[in-house]
Amino acid sequence: MTRRKTDLVLFSELTVEKALKRALGRERAELIGEIRDSGLKGRGGAGFPTGTKWNLAGAAQGERKFVVCNADEGEPGTFKDRVLLTEYAEHLFGGMVLAAYCIGAGEGIVYLRGEYEYLMRGLKETLASMRERHLLGKDCAGKKGFEFDIHIHLGAGAYVCGEETALIESLEGHRGEPRNRPPFPVTTGYLGCPTAVNNVETFITALHIVEKGAAWFKKFGTSKSTGTKLFSVSGDCARPGVYEFPMGITVANLLKEVGGEEAKAVQVGGASGRCVARHEFGSTIAFEDVSTGGSIIVFGPTRNMLQVAKNFMEFFAEESCGQCTPCRYGTETLLEGIKLLEQKKCPMKYLRELVSLGETMQIASKCGLGQSAPNAFISILQNFKHEILAHPQGE
Amino acid sequence: MPAKDKNNGINGSDRAPLSQRRFKMPEIRDEKDLGAKVKITIDDHDLEVPFGTTILEAARTLSIKIPTLCHHEDLCVAGVCRICVVEIEGQRTLQAACAYPVTGPLKISTYSPKVRKARRHNLDLMLKHHYGECYSCVRNNNCELQSLAKEYGVDFYRFGHDDKPHHEVDRSSYSVVRDMNKCILCRRCVRTCIDLQEVGVLEAVNRGPHTEIATFNDMPLGDVVCINCGQCINRCPVGALRAKDPSDEIWAAIDDPKKHVIIQTAPSPRAAIGECFGLPPGTSVTRQLNTALRRAGFDKVFDTNFTADLTIMEEATELLIRLKKALVDKDKTVKLPQFTSCSPGWVKFCEHFYPEFTDYLSSCKSPQQMFGALLKTWYAEKAKIDPKDIVTVALMPCSAKKYECNRPEMTSSGFKDVDYGLTSRELAQMIMETGLDLPNLPASDFDDPVGEASGAGLIFGATGGVMEAALRTAVEVVTGIKTEDIFKNLDITPVRGFEGVRYYEIPIPKTAAVPELLQKSLGVKTFDFLKGATLKVAVAHGTANARKVMENIKAGGKFAEAHFVEFMACPGGCLGGGGQPIPTSPEIREARAKAIYAEDAGLELRKSHENKHVVDLYKEFLKDGPCGHQSHHLLHTHYLKRGKRIV
Repeated sequence: MTRRKTDLVLFSELTVEKALKRALGRERAELIGEIRDSGLKGRGGAGFPTGTKWNLAGAAQGERKFVVCNADEGEPGTFKDRVLLTEYAEHLFGGMVLAAYCIGAGEGIVYLRGEYEYLMRGLKETLASMRERHLLGKDCAGKKGFEFDIHIHLGAGAYVCGEETALIESLEGHRGEPRNRPPFPVTTGYLGCPTAVNNVETFITALHIVEKGAAWFKKFGTSKSTGTKLFSVSGDCARPGVYEFPMGITVANLLKEVGGEEAKAVQVGGASGRCVARHEFGSTIAFEDVSTGGSIIVFGPTRNMLQVAKNFMEFFAEESCGQCTPCRYGTETLLEGIKLLEQKKCPMKYLRELVSLGETMQIASKCGLGQSAPNAFISILQNFKHEILAHPQGE
Repeated sequence: MPAKDKNNGINGSDRAPLSQRRFKMPEIRDEKDLGAKVKITIDDHDLEVPFGTTILEAARTLSIKIPTLCHHEDLCVAGVCRICVVEIEGQRTLQAACAYPVTGPLKISTYSPKVRKARRHNLDLMLKHHYGECYSCVRNNNCELQSLAKEYGVDFYRFGHDDKPHHEVDRSSYSVVRDMNKCILCRRCVRTCIDLQEVGVLEAVNRGPHTEIATFNDMPLGDVVCINCGQCINRCPVGALRAKDPSDEIWAAIDDPKKHVIIQTAPSPRAAIGECFGLPPGTSVTRQLNTALRRAGFDKVFDTNFTADLTIMEEATELLIRLKKALVDKDKTVKLPQFTSCSPGWVKFCEHFYPEFTDYLSSCKSPQQMFGALLKTWYAEKAKIDPKDIVTVALMPCSAKKYECNRPEMTSSGFKDVDYGLTSRELAQMIMETGLDLPNLPASDFDDPVGEASGAGLIFGATGGVMEAALRTAVEVVTGIKTEDIFKNLDITPVRGFEGVRYYEIPIPKTAAVPELLQKSLGVKTFDFLKGATLKVAVAHGTANARKVMENIKAGGKFAEAHFVEFMACPGGCLGGGGQPIPTSPEIREARAKAIYAEDAGLELRKSHENKHVVDLYKEFLKDGPCGHQSHHLLHTHYLKRGKRIV
């Protein structure tokens, strides 16, 4: 169920054609400045300032430049991009045109999650209709000399391809594995060219911002996390669905809205996020506190938290690309540790070693996947020590 | 074509994934803006490094050792093993020193508590699935993982250890044995195959803890388009890849009193095998090795350079015949440029990837195979030994030679011409088993009847060597001018060096009469047809560079105009072969090349056609001369247009 509030950002009134034509009548620097002033940070989860990214990609030298939409929505418990792709595709493409204009790109690619293949038809129809209305193609959106078009590339189901450099590798036809950074995609991205990779929600939000102004956007959210955010809420609550809330909402308030007041814990940010226990429900959801790409999974009072940790760790062991050592074998080793805990055969000393290994993975893995893989394990262990270690573990 | 590049002609290829290509910094457009030098601090040492230097390179200038596993000087960056992680002040995560370019001031710690813990954890995780005991491993005492385990004080398996193998050892290839139970997934072999050699038979498959290195469709290595160059073996940090070792069979032959066991030694192993005995790279032990081989029980020790000289006679004649057919007979079917064929890795590369060009390959066998064929015919007759009792062993720097001697075509003596190809590493092992102290043995000569060979044969070991040897003979024969009067000290330096592809033109100012020996094959009495012509030659080493030349030829570029092209499968030529001592690096290969050229410079006899044993051989055995009937039967071969097929 999608709960649209027209007085917030994403679902507020906006005519793409009008907004685009107006935006493309302005200077690039002015538009980037507007985005920068708004404080918009990437909605995919990592939270990199969008204005800065576009500025870097715009300044980078390259014969070709690309705008890539990361629609590889794969984080467990996330489904908000699906809503946007289904109902607001024109807004998304409009946002990409805006980005392309800002950085000087001629080509756009939507990297669509493999499981969303059924959305392909609708998306292509939208693209065709936009081409007809000259919102794509030559003299795009009425801007003389600006040519930009978009095509859709279907992923093949690997979670790691949501990592922007792995996504680019996949686009190029290679095995989806993260690259070394630096260099970053803004200078060396798709085919080695400057590339801006942004989340679906980011593009749409950016279009709203240039139309309605940075000041309007900053009315919502906190000073460090401006604006609103879409949340995919699932789990043990009365009203699961897609919600839009201002950034900075407390976990407790969010739970009240969705009918999950009974929860004993909430996983914020999906498998790679953090498990927030009841005593922390006062914390806010914002980049400076508990950050998220939008996934909220509510755990009711009867949930076995060790099983939750196991489920997440199985996911990572399955989805690790297998490239770097800490992630490839670390996920497996932590999963084996959870199984030992299940069987009550995990000595405390070994458990401490596993937590220490988790900390190594957080800092030594090559990409965000490995770095966040132990988060759930570590936070669940910290918060539910008593539940998990209720039974004596054999030495 | 690419000009000089900093890494001995080895570029990151376009076939490698971008994530695993050599790191390319954006060009510095304005030095003032970016600052050509960057000030950094490593472990409290201040230094200035050029913009774009990796942390690893910077640390090495200070002699600070940062451990590495997936990093290799010859290969593009991977940054996957995470052993080289370092801590940078102000950054939450550790960074891989091999992959992190310095672009601004940094404060780096190479052994902070976080770093030490992370490295130890990484080692523990790798050891978890590194199955096998060190003492039963070919790389015992020369294993990078083993050394690191010692350096980081590993004394137990923190996260467990595999107690049984998960993979069957793949022994299907004549050359390379793959034991994936030992693989630590550093992917050096993958990068070697696809990036350094542009062959690409290895790739990572599956994900997470199930990741493994596999061939296409997980087929046995013997059934894929592997060219057997063995470069992956030289770069494997552990014992997951090794050459197929025939030493047990060779010992059995030596121990069998009925068998007459002959070994021929190629120049490259002699310039490198000392490394296995603690000598610095570039120490030639040719004559000590002769003693060691005799004491180890070989009945005869011959010099492959002899048949290298013979190869020059045959191959140069073949080239002249092709030129004559093209220029005099106006024969349009003649294939030019002629490609060299002494590198079996290159030959198989050509057969697989450029099957339409196999007719361009010289039909000459490699020196190893020429020798084998002669030993079981001419020598057997001369020494009055039944060829079935002769066992021929070839000491080679090469793993592809093991494949070559097993090619079904290589039986023109009526027997398997060369029974065993033995690598430098394997021979070092055999000598160690005898307890002989190779570096300190007395020197001795090769056995007769072919006891002397020329320096031209010797330099076959280095890239450009075959070309130089051929030119020393061809130029002199065609022009009648002594080669040393054209090239000072007889050093044809334009074809030397490590640049990936080299091109050279030699004008032919005047021509001489065709020597009697060649008259029958050539069918003309003078070389007038070459008067005023310009001989165009090229040299490429490493199959990635070979591919560049081949693509140029296909596209009708300047290399299509060349007359003779030397191709070597391995970077650096034979001295960088897949059977040479491990480790390998540009510096090591350079040292070996120096040793070979120094040895050549010190010789009296430096031109193949002046080798009296070769001249005698044509007089008494190969009576109808180079490229004549008998030599065609014994010394020449044919090739298969393989394409993607194996047979």
